[in-house]
Amino acid sequence: MSVVLIIFCVLSAVTLGSAFLTIFTKNPIHSAIYLVICFFSIAGHYLLFNAQFLAIVHVIVYSGAIMILFLFTVMLMNLNKEDEVHKPRIQRWAAAIFFVLMCVVLMLIFRQSKPIVGPYDTTGEDYQSIKVLGKVLLNEYMVPFEFASVLLLTAMIGTVLLSKKEKK
Amino acid sequence: MDHSIIIEKGIFIFIIFAITMVMAMYSTLAERKVAAWLQDRIGPNRAGAGGILQPLADGLKLFSKEEFLPDTPNKFLFVVGPAISMSVALMTSAVIPWGDKLHLFGKDIILQATDIDVSILYVFGVLSVGVYGIMIGGWASNNKFSLMSAMRAASQMISYEVAMGLALIALLMMSGTLSLREISLQQHGMHWNVFYQPVGFIIFLICSFAETNRTPFDLAECEAELIGGYHTEYSSMRMGFYLFAEYASMFISSTIIAVLYFGGYNYPGMAWAIENWGVNPANVLGIVVLFIKICFFIFFYMWVRWTIPRFRYDQLMRLGWKMLIPLAIANIIVTGIVILWADGKF
Repeated sequence: MSVVLIIFCVLSAVTLGSAFLTIFTKNPIHSAIYLVICFFSIAGHYLLFNAQFLAIVHVIVYSGAIMILFLFTVMLMNLNKEDEVHKPRIQRWAAAIFFVLMCVVLMLIFRQSKPIVGPYDTTGEDYQSIKVLGKVLLNEYMVPFEFASVLLLTAMIGTVLLSKKEKK
Repeated sequence: MDHSIIIEKGIFIFIIFAITMVMAMYSTLAERKVAAWLQDRIGPNRAGAGGILQPLADGLKLFSKEEFLPDTPNKFLFVVGPAISMSVALMTSAVIPWGDKLHLFGKDIILQATDIDVSILYVFGVLSVGVYGIMIGGWASNNKFSLMSAMRAASQMISYEVAMGLALIALLMMSGTLSLREISLQQHGMHWNVFYQPVGFIIFLICSFAETNRTPFDLAECEAELIGGYHTEYSSMRMGFYLFAEYASMFISSTIIAVLYFGGYNYPGMAWAIENWGVNPANVLGIVVLFIKICFFIFFYMWVRWTIPRFRYDQLMRLGWKMLIPLAIANIIVTGIVILWADGKF
């Protein structure tokens, strides 16, 4: 076995294990911490692709900002078992049915798609160069890139509006 | 892969590790000495000549203290907290160019552990992960005050990371690269970035104080409100790790300021020195110059700590969000206009 394959196997085991633990852990803070570990191992997968920029931005955005805010909220809410609101039976049934429907949709999508299975290798292709990445983003994918920024701007304005107190 | 490069980099990383540890150790002594000097006292002078062995005595004291474990359901996370803080504080030094290059054993040795393309982003990534040590430790202590302090530290670090990143963008627009080595090379011959980006430098400096949790932004350790901060429940070497991580990150952030804005290992007349003295002596002098700059910024941190009182929490947030971020964005716009104007695009 090559070194890359061993690293890939270990990383995948960590990713899947921490992802499952995120769902199955009772304590919300432990589950958030498992999600952080999951994000780190995904950054490791990007590094295997030699995509350094993507890996580091993934760490900064997901582990460094989003998950910290998430952990922050969970810690402040101090969720305990006693505080858990007892949900009515119809809500639980509805949740279960929607989850099953979602599973059906996802499985159908995976069956219909034609996955391209390429080998994990380092071809020396310059994915990591930010100059190449920037040029591709602002030439080839200009419109989707700008749309994404408009979406983010809208979300930001919405947040500011929501958090603003009503004037009396 | 070439085996000699692994040995070379291994030795280099070991040396950097040792230097970071020694600098952090002696920063604790320097802090007490500077405080004593500013307050017209003598400071610690019992251990060794002029107190030179004081950090060793402090370390021995911390090691031999009782390890107290509070009644918490998260013993594992309680132990992991300081470990994360310490390891994250030591990780950043891998991408810093400590000098240009040395010509030893018939080949050029580049004085940097690894030169990745996105090294400045790597620094930011490590910095943003550093909050976890404080948050997890503070939460696992099972103490309301520790939790409050951890929350303060986390929200402060996230808020100031934004302004710090924006201040840096203006610099990156000028340099056109994310590699710290390239940025150092571009500042050769007194083209130090601080002369071109004074506003960005001031924003970056203020944010560095907030990121390292130093006065006037050390609200996480506000003892009048929060007992001892997030390490209230910690004792022995676990608390030592938190304190040590603070000094290590102070050393690293001084290094980053020196490399980004004050020319790194460059000094006036470096080209002349390389021509007349040869590569090795000139570049060794470069390393010494870098360490002089670093020591100045460490001193600056201490100077501010013993001069300026702590801010209030709402003042801290107002400074970060309502003053520094708009200023940083204005700085980016002005830099962009000047770059285009210099290129003759108008």
